[in-house]
Amino acid sequence: MSTQVTEQEQTETEEESAHQQRRLAEKAERQEVRDRMRERAETDLEQADTVFDLKVFRYDPDIPEKEDPRFDTFPVPFTKGMTVLDALMYARDHYDSSLTFRHSCRQAVCGSDALFVNGTQHLGCKTQVVDLGDSEGVPGQIRVEPLPHQEVVKDLVVDMEHFYDQMDAVEPFFDADELPSGDLEEQRQTRENREKIKMSSRCIWCGACMSSCNIAAGDNEYLGPAAINKAYKFAMDDREGENRKQERLEIIEQEHGVWRCQTQFSCTEVCPKDIPLTEHIQELKREAVKNNLKFW
Amino acid sequence: MYEHDVIVVGAGGAGLRAAIAAHEEGADVALVSKLHPVRSHTGAAEGGINAALRDGDDWHDHAYDTMKGSDYLGDAPAIETLCETSPEEVIQLEHWGMPFSREEDGRVSQRPFGGLSFPRTTYAGAETGHHLLHTMYEQVVKRGIKVYDEFYVMDLAVTDEPDPEDRECHGCVAYDIKSGEVTGFKANDGVVLATGGDGQAFDHTTNAVANTGDGPAMAYRAGVPVEDMEFVQFHPTTLPSTGVLISEGVRGEGGILYNAEGERFMFEYGYANNAGELASRDVVSRAELTEVNEGRGVEDEYVYLDMRHLGDERILDRLENILHLAEDFEGVDGLVEPMPVKPGQHYHMGGIETNEHGETCVSGLYAAGECACVSVHGSNRLGGNALPELIVFGARAGYHAAGRDYGEALVQTGPSAAIEHEEDLGAPVEPGALGPADDDVAADGGATADEARSDGGQLASPSEVVHRSVERQRQRVERLKERDGRNHAEIRKKLQKAMTRWVNVFREEEGLKKALEVIKECREEYQNVAVSDPSSTYNTDLIHTIETRNLIDTAETIALGALARDEFRGAHWRAEHQERKDDEWLKHTMVQWSDGTPELYYTDVILEGADKTYEPKVRSY
Ligand SMILES: Cc1cc2nc3c(=O)[nH]c(=O)nc-3n(C[C@H](O)[C@H](O)[C@H](O)COP(=O)(O)OP(=O)(O)OC[C@H]3O[C@@H](n4cnc5c(N)ncnc54)[C@H](O)[C@@H]3O)c2cc1C
Ligand code: SF4
Ligand code: FES
Repeated sequence: MSTQVTEQEQTETEEESAHQQRRLAEKAERQEVRDRMRERAETDLEQADTVFDLKVFRYDPDIPEKEDPRFDTFPVPFTKGMTVLDALMYARDHYDSSLTFRHSCRQAVCGSDALFVNGTQHLGCKTQVVDLGDSEGVPGQIRVEPLPHQEVVKDLVVDMEHFYDQMDAVEPFFDADELPSGDLEEQRQTRENREKIKMSSRCIWCGACMSSCNIAAGDNEYLGPAAINKAYKFAMDDREGENRKQERLEIIEQEHGVWRCQTQFSCTEVCPKDIPLTEHIQELKREAVKNNLKFW
Repeated sequence: MYEHDVIVVGAGGAGLRAAIAAHEEGADVALVSKLHPVRSHTGAAEGGINAALRDGDDWHDHAYDTMKGSDYLGDAPAIETLCETSPEEVIQLEHWGMPFSREEDGRVSQRPFGGLSFPRTTYAGAETGHHLLHTMYEQVVKRGIKVYDEFYVMDLAVTDEPDPEDRECHGCVAYDIKSGEVTGFKANDGVVLATGGDGQAFDHTTNAVANTGDGPAMAYRAGVPVEDMEFVQFHPTTLPSTGVLISEGVRGEGGILYNAEGERFMFEYGYANNAGELASRDVVSRAELTEVNEGRGVEDEYVYLDMRHLGDERILDRLENILHLAEDFEGVDGLVEPMPVKPGQHYHMGGIETNEHGETCVSGLYAAGECACVSVHGSNRLGGNALPELIVFGARAGYHAAGRDYGEALVQTGPSAAIEHEEDLGAPVEPGALGPADDDVAADGGATADEARSDGGQLASPSEVVHRSVERQRQRVERLKERDGRNHAEIRKKLQKAMTRWVNVFREEEGLKKALEVIKECREEYQNVAVSDPSSTYNTDLIHTIETRNLIDTAETIALGALARDEFRGAHWRAEHQERKDDEWLKHTMVQWSDGTPELYYTDVILEGADKTYEPKVRSY
């Protein structure tokens, strides 16, 4: 019995030292990788005609040294057609793999990389670096921060829960009063009606509008531009029918609904899908007034 | 541990449709997705969705076009199911409020697409996928289906029987991206994989960064064969700098391709004398690259796609989104100048082998959408045929996982469907098998780990199976974070470059072998991969590291299949083999992971439909 334990102990020590050695080897290799990464970045930098500074907001609640928000600056070699998202990926892959941001489609359809770039809301993937420069083109510095008025999860990632909750609050699903009887028969819709809801249906849930809105910043219960726009999409769709429209108007007329909007247009300005948000909110206000007049 | 009847992994078009179906069948369903559902790549689809809806059209014609487009590598029973069911599924979407483009009479609009004998591509502007995705997500919200978003599924919980056909899937393991917790998801009835494409195996792709082949890689390591992986579709019109897609709708509406000399090369050089720009994608992609290779490309890289003659009004009405894409991503105004385009990786015809009910050979495990291969696209997918696949087979997988009985499947799955061969059809080269790693837990992530076998040969309970997978993945995460080693990004880049260089539109034996060598090197380097971000909060370094392993696995099966198939079929072009060899190759390539080594075998293509047999014909356009 006791010999067994010793044997086991011995194996454990052997394993331990093997493990140590491996770790040392790995450490050396990692240093090599870091050197290579830096070298690569340096050659890139040397060879580039233009280099600009990417200044990025950093914060990680999970790591004591990163708990205090700070900015890191990464020199990035400019290449033709480079977007802010490309620059962020360059910084992550060449300097610091812990740099964290959401991204996926790289073509302005998934809505995951809405960021605060040089003081305005932008989709990182849709924003060309050259467009942020002075007349000379490439800027000296680009500052990237998470969307304001949203809780920061880590670095550039914000908590979207509140945005999603507001979306949910307008019952965001098509709900026709009546459906055609045949399985293969569609609900006809005029071209004009489709045209009317077209812009509203383009929202990609990026959250830029909500983050730019002063009212939403001050009133947590305000439905906000994206959710009201979602309600607009259904309320204006003739296929849903009058009853449902009535219910939809009741939702957006509530205390923290359309009447909160002070027509500041900031949402409309930042929307990457060019949705005329303020106009849609105004139109719903008019609908709501008409609706109320009906009962007088 | 979470527990539900049906767990759907992935919330793109296929996953959402599967979840709605399972819910309709009475199951308690959960959607587990690494992206919030509306961020899924289905939202990027532009052109449209095929369905025989009109008088004068017939689903049999749709089936015929699809079989021909597939270059006779599709399975007829699956294709017939697709074409017969897509009209009701498309109208279902319409009933759910999808804002399709409309005709004067208020009906949904349809337009012509490459390889189709009737204009049956139903669309919503040039943003069909966006509307499809949002419409289905709305229905998920309406039904109150539970969504776990930003949960990364790392592994499946599968029993460890020697024969995959005896294995059972009891759930999966997911990493909660926001909290860093590794959690089990137990499925009482079934797991549906709907994780989408794997375009990130290439460096010029229309696919999202999240399309990393997680589903196929996980299923593959759990013993499910992957099918026809060599068939990768390259789309002929992507923007040169980013790979962003310019929809086939542009050519459907009458867009024209020119070379640097201003010649309409599809006709001038006889690539497709009848269909011209509307020949199928493989044909147009090869034509473009031939132009470039023969010195008639613009800047030695691309050709022009011109839509100016369509007129501002038509462009704005039907292709407005294209104007934005060309402007934002290439700085080109499509109303006044032609757009530069070149082929880019776009779609994977191959994937997890399933039958027409969405079942794999492992019981309780289903797959649907781009990650699956029920074999409706064969060696080449027709434009507009992926979206109907998502909803038709997404729904079927969901219903079946929740208990609906479809009767016996006509398409067989698993190793027992293999065809006998006289000669040995082993892998054409020594593939990427490696000796046991120093630290295999970290780099491996294999599914049917030995630990999953219950003590004393007794059958482990489903909870135990899930629990053990969770433990293994927990260890893996810890080790990856605590050890030192290489960063995944370099390995991923190396892999992507090799795939684009050697496993692209044009393929030759030498190059494919080189690709396999590089893939093997990547695998070796990956043995020492480590995550340098120690954080438990939103650790994308960790996620990308795990994804990279999945890309290595799928890339290897693509290159292996391509090397073995010494013929020219659909999207698979081989320099040394310029003809389609129907005598030898009317069969599906299967790759199966067997103790760390990929193994190749083949199954027959099914050309017999319900009431007709599709005879292979020369594919001319
Ligand atoms: C630019 C573009 C345009 C296209 N246009 C058309 C068209 O006009 N017509 C057509 O028919 N087809 C088109 N296609 C093809 C078609 O859009 C895709 O094949 C299809 O959308 C794939 O859908 P999916 O549901 O299988 O996957 P996706 O929509 O990619 O969804 C995958 C889901 O899986 C999740 N996921 C992945 N891995 C994991 C994991 N490990 N853990 C948890 N979740 C995970 C993701 O979060 C996501 O929710 C196009 C494709 C592209 C790229
Ligand atoms: S309305 Fe515009 S800004 Fe607001 S979430 Fe939608 S796409 Fe983003
Ligand atoms: S990455 Fe999808 S919107 Fe920018």
